[in-house]
Amino acid sequence: MGMLAPSAVILGVFILYPLGRAVWLGQQRCNTFGDVCRSNGFDQYVDLFRSVEFQNALAVTAKFALLTVPLGLALGVGLAVLADKYLRGLSAFRAIFSSTVATSVAVASLMWLFLLQPSVGALANVEFFNALFPSVKDPGWLRDPGTALTAVAMSSVWANLGFTFILVTAGLQSIPKDLHEAAAVDGAGGVRRFWAVTLPMLGPTLLFVLVVLTTRAFQTYGEIDLLTGGGPQPQDSTTTITYFVYGQNSPIRSDPGLQAGSAVLLFVILLALSALQLRGIGKRVHYGD
Amino acid sequence: MATDPTFVVAPAGSGEATAAVARTPPGARRKHFDQPTGWRLAGRYALLVAVSAIVLFPVYTTIVAALKPGEQVFRNPLVPDAFTLDVLRDAWSSGNLGQYLLNSLIVAVVVTVAQIATSVLSGYAFALLDFPGKGIAFALFVATLLVPLEATLVVNFDTVDSLGWINSYQGLAVPFLATAFGTFLVRQVFMTLPRDLIDAAAIDGVGHLGFLRHVAVPLVRPTIGALALFSFLSSWNQYLWPNLVINDDRRHTVQSGLRLLSKSNLDEPNLVMAGTVIAAIPIAIVLVLFQRQLVRGLTAGAVKG
Repeated sequence: MGMLAPSAVILGVFILYPLGRAVWLGQQRCNTFGDVCRSNGFDQYVDLFRSVEFQNALAVTAKFALLTVPLGLALGVGLAVLADKYLRGLSAFRAIFSSTVATSVAVASLMWLFLLQPSVGALANVEFFNALFPSVKDPGWLRDPGTALTAVAMSSVWANLGFTFILVTAGLQSIPKDLHEAAAVDGAGGVRRFWAVTLPMLGPTLLFVLVVLTTRAFQTYGEIDLLTGGGPQPQDSTTTITYFVYGQNSPIRSDPGLQAGSAVLLFVILLALSALQLRGIGKRVHYGD
Repeated sequence: MATDPTFVVAPAGSGEATAAVARTPPGARRKHFDQPTGWRLAGRYALLVAVSAIVLFPVYTTIVAALKPGEQVFRNPLVPDAFTLDVLRDAWSSGNLGQYLLNSLIVAVVVTVAQIATSVLSGYAFALLDFPGKGIAFALFVATLLVPLEATLVVNFDTVDSLGWINSYQGLAVPFLATAFGTFLVRQVFMTLPRDLIDAAAIDGVGHLGFLRHVAVPLVRPTIGALALFSFLSSWNQYLWPNLVINDDRRHTVQSGLRLLSKSNLDEPNLVMAGTVIAAIPIAIVLVLFQRQLVRGLTAGAVKG
């Protein structure tokens, strides 16, 4: 079993042990300095879950997922279908649609920070855009509690577009051409074929992308850190769960108990969500034979 | 296929299809049956170009800004009316990006090589060996796939801190030297190796490691290529972890270094965009070179279920 040892040691020490220890730390109540902690039992999790701060972070994260996941999926499918015909120059368009996969979260977020900044940003200094949307300069989409999360979501949808496009394109290419041709012979038009052939055949791909995008939305940290810092304050309008745990100005940053507890709650929520998606939708997905 | 069956069975009245067959000279590329033509074709191109413009827009504004000197970045942000490489040079030196790129490269290469080695070994053990506790070990490996990174970092920070690895390559790399995803990827493909091959090797007296090195690994090279690219990108793109374990300005990776550049130069967007361009170029090149591995690596997860 020497062959298993290297993987087992790393995964044990840096994934399983920390998870177990986080579960234990999560039921600890600590003093203000975070150095003296004592067990508070399972109640600690219940209190934490019910706290105003965690409920806000959960609501923000759920809203963020609702803003990014359906739109991201729809755009990915739309672009992939658009670029699935035999056309001259198609590979160039495909390269462009895939290109955002090359951006890290830092690169993508800084590009959008420059676009959206109210004073020094690009859109705020374009006159016709400014005339069309005055709020881009005053107060700025990232600074208005009503629009900040949507603005971050745009950046995130853009950054994930390449990933979704590549996967859906691969899914489209695995659909046998005969199916489309047979449907066409039966008189099905393009729209009809999309709903009756393309979408059902994409089922497994779409389910996978749905789970990955949802997981990513619930892990969102970098976009928030670079674009809004969890604000605008004082509403914490963009403080996601991950930013609540690790963010620079997080109220629980010096409290290992609450930090670990929140991280464990995030794990449980994600586990439940993935299970729900795989069970609920997975049943209706056609996996071929 | 020499003839296209849809055209043969095309119902009377759809003269277009039959005409298309008639017009196609022998040897010409076969047309797809719902190939758009005329206005529909023009419309599709218009849509493709428009969407491309929208997708590329943030990249365009970034590059335009990175090439503008000083105050000019605030005027006409959509028009490349000034050109200088000074800002890029400045971002490279004052942003310490050369050092950060090197740090990222070292960590990503170490993580990639280690993940391949550990995944090949454990994937082989799970696919082809029998040993006591295999079922439990397998279940534990599966379990690690369900744990989000964010749930482990609170404790991993303490672990790395107590090892004295804050601000070090070890701190950045060691927690990621193995991956259950890679293990499964390799296990899946090893399970498809013909039994005869393994028996033949055993008869020839080749040990497990010899068999791995000379027979098994060379046979599954495409999978390992996909895993390599996947590991490299995951490591290179890490954002939260480097921000937690690095607080010495010389030790950043390119991602946490970009954060530093951005937070300390809020009023100089051209400098920050120049840094962003520099940070983005290496991965753009890597992806152009390894497109095939990328698609393979990304879809590997999709077909796993």
